[in-house]
Amino acid sequence: MKKLTKLGRYSTFVVIVFLVTLWFFPMWRIDLKAPQYPGGLTMTIWINDVKDDVDVINGLNHYIGMKTIHKEDFKEFVYLPIAMVSFMVMGLLVFVWNRKIGYYIWTGIFTILGLFSFYDFYKWEYDYGHDLDPNAPIQVPGMSYQPPLIGYKKLLNFEVLSQPHIAGWFYILAGILLVSITFYEWKKAKTK
Amino acid sequence: MKSYQLMLCAVGLAIAGQSCKMKDTGSVVQGDAASKVYVAPGKYDEFYNFVSGGFSGQVSVYGIPSGRMLKVIPVFSVNPENGYGFSEETKPMLNTTAGFVPWDDEHHLALSQTNGEHDGKWLFANANNTPRVARISLSTFKTEEILEIPNSGGNHSSPFITENTEYVVAGTRFSVPLGEADVPISSFKENFKSVASFINVDQNSGNMKIAFQIALPGMSLDLSRAGKGPSHGWFFFSTYNTEQANTLLEVNASQKDKDFIVAVNWKKAEEYVKAGKGTKMKTRYYHNTWNEETHSASSKLEEEVLVLDPAELKDMVYMIPCPKSPHGCDVDPTGEYIVGSGKLAALIPVFSFNKLTSAINAKTFEGDYYGIPVVKYEAALHGEVQKPGLGPLHTEFDGKGNAYTSFFLSSEVVKWSIKDVKVLDRVPTYYSIGHLCVPGGDTKKPWGKYVIAYNKITKDRYLPTGPELAQSAQLYDITGDKMQLILDFPTIGEPHYAQAIDAKVIKDRSVKIFDINKNKHPYVAMGEKATKVVRTGNRVDIYMTAIRSHLTPDNIEGVYVGDEVYFHVTNLEQDWDVPHGFAIKHAANAELLIMPGETSTLKFVPDRTGIYPFYCTDFCSALHQEMQGYLRVSPKGSNVPLKYGTGDAAPKAVASK
Repeated sequence: MKKLTKLGRYSTFVVIVFLVTLWFFPMWRIDLKAPQYPGGLTMTIWINDVKDDVDVINGLNHYIGMKTIHKEDFKEFVYLPIAMVSFMVMGLLVFVWNRKIGYYIWTGIFTILGLFSFYDFYKWEYDYGHDLDPNAPIQVPGMSYQPPLIGYKKLLNFEVLSQPHIAGWFYILAGILLVSITFYEWKKAKTK
Repeated sequence: MKSYQLMLCAVGLAIAGQSCKMKDTGSVVQGDAASKVYVAPGKYDEFYNFVSGGFSGQVSVYGIPSGRMLKVIPVFSVNPENGYGFSEETKPMLNTTAGFVPWDDEHHLALSQTNGEHDGKWLFANANNTPRVARISLSTFKTEEILEIPNSGGNHSSPFITENTEYVVAGTRFSVPLGEADVPISSFKENFKSVASFINVDQNSGNMKIAFQIALPGMSLDLSRAGKGPSHGWFFFSTYNTEQANTLLEVNASQKDKDFIVAVNWKKAEEYVKAGKGTKMKTRYYHNTWNEETHSASSKLEEEVLVLDPAELKDMVYMIPCPKSPHGCDVDPTGEYIVGSGKLAALIPVFSFNKLTSAINAKTFEGDYYGIPVVKYEAALHGEVQKPGLGPLHTEFDGKGNAYTSFFLSSEVVKWSIKDVKVLDRVPTYYSIGHLCVPGGDTKKPWGKYVIAYNKITKDRYLPTGPELAQSAQLYDITGDKMQLILDFPTIGEPHYAQAIDAKVIKDRSVKIFDINKNKHPYVAMGEKATKVVRTGNRVDIYMTAIRSHLTPDNIEGVYVGDEVYFHVTNLEQDWDVPHGFAIKHAANAELLIMPGETSTLKFVPDRTGIYPFYCTDFCSALHQEMQGYLRVSPKGSNVPLKYGTGDAAPKAVASK
């Protein structure tokens, strides 16, 4: 069993620090803009909460029969912090164990967590945009209101822009770092 | 070349058959006036201009330099538009010892100050007719407090303010006997007093309290200004009718060559108060305050006031002779010069505070007025502005050593330098200017830049609207050597004094919504689940909510003819600019306009059976028109049960028995 390079070994700390930002900054932001909202509306998604103009958005979406957003309805806000803390503890184990295989498994778990998170986010957005109250006052045939996973979309009078926030970018950086170091370790192993 | 052109013109005129004409007002605007007042769509004005409403009783707010009206703040008059004075919560604001007074005549405004500069916290306003002083919050633009002034016949010399908002003054225009004494009018000289009230302002809450009243000899207090800098601690009041006439004042109060500027050493007065001097007098006056958490006003009867007699308490009050019924008595930004504007005088006297104190110390007096020393005119005089114009009224300052005085009779603004009392420039106003305003013009640090004229006569300035016209204001650019007219704008009511403040000082503190979680109204419905209808005898309290786009409950049955129905409507919205209105058919008082997070109450007494529609009056959303409901009113003594709800909870048809 081959040991990690010094770079690989200490990169675990960098990854952990990147992920700690999840408790200090939002992961994601969805910006909405309409003629009546010149300053725009912003919903930020945190590791354990939804904040900013959520109440205002909730006040608007009953017209088209969308459900209101409440922190309590997301089991993700319970599981995600647990998953991320577990993942960070695992990083410490990788550091102590100091084996390449540990790092590869760690990266694998991150990839699965990441992909599942995006799938889960997409699924929520799909339900949020499609599961509409059949008695809604405004019904546009064929129209659904799924926000974009990432990027820009126009939904009736609203323009919607969805993108990572500070902690989200650090999360992505953590992923890039993990994959890069994995490749680096793998290459080093082959050349020796 | 020039003479050639002139000749050609003359020939042209002769051919066209034109006679000679006097210069008209159309040609006055020159240069790039339009670009100076143009505020592009989406951009903001540089100044808020708070303008007194005169006989409208309200305060209006304009943007400068555009002259666009931004808001009318209801203060002393009822305002059915938003229920002010009609909702149960606001009725106590207009309570007085004479009962509910639905109007007044509002003349002067004062922005609160810290260190002699506008701090943007509050705006004070006077009620001239039923003597009162109001305080308006500059974060909500709502009237928060109204204090009645006892021993006053007309609160004109008000609400002028000291440099740290220690005091707001209220001086009476009509001298009257103290208390509610019944005396012959002809006993003016013996029985009538001119009372100047000093109202203490709490630095945190802004709450007002009459600290003391100074009972001056019978005359008329017109305007006033606090000293600042070196003259801080003094207050100056202009007077007329020191002749003490009680009839045909037009003639009888214009006899004397000089009236007075009353100089009050209020720090000295404070010492007397501390030493327990003065007379505690039984009286009555109402003190009305608004509570932002209960969204309601309360009204309290006060029954005592402390009166100081200047003839008895020495070194507190002095008189400075001032020519011909002075109106303005304005203190320059340095606090050294006091400008008196005798409205029938042909000159402007400028007094020096330094000289005044020297004269007082050296007792350079020419006599006394009912026991109050009268300082020798020349001893306090800095200089006289010669031939400034006709009928000087009021002066403000640009902070660069210049003064701007309004002239009613010659209808002009005259710019002059304080140091050497020389006239520098003059511009006509359209027509007959009263007060004028330089942004920050009464402070230690005026913003300068503009002078705004508030005119008494409008005539041909705008498209005619029958005999009753809007009032006219004019904006002048004063950044150059020459004052330049750049805009006319119409105003509501009749503006007297106005003040302007840099928008930056207050705009970011403007409240957008009221936090519903802080709503402590006794009849609030915290959410639709908390809505209910409660009957107590013939009183029916409806705890109602409004949110886009329905009222809860919107079907109500079991109300009888003659019931006193109170609609307590809570606006559940927490988003900016989403007020809801509430109106019900035959409402004999007004509608409500309820801000996000606020609760307001409309009293309604149905006088006949039937179905009464009610609805939201403020276009709140795409489904605003659907925001409506019904109240069923049954005959008195019938047994229709009390039922209410919205949607699935609405009262259902009962199967016939």
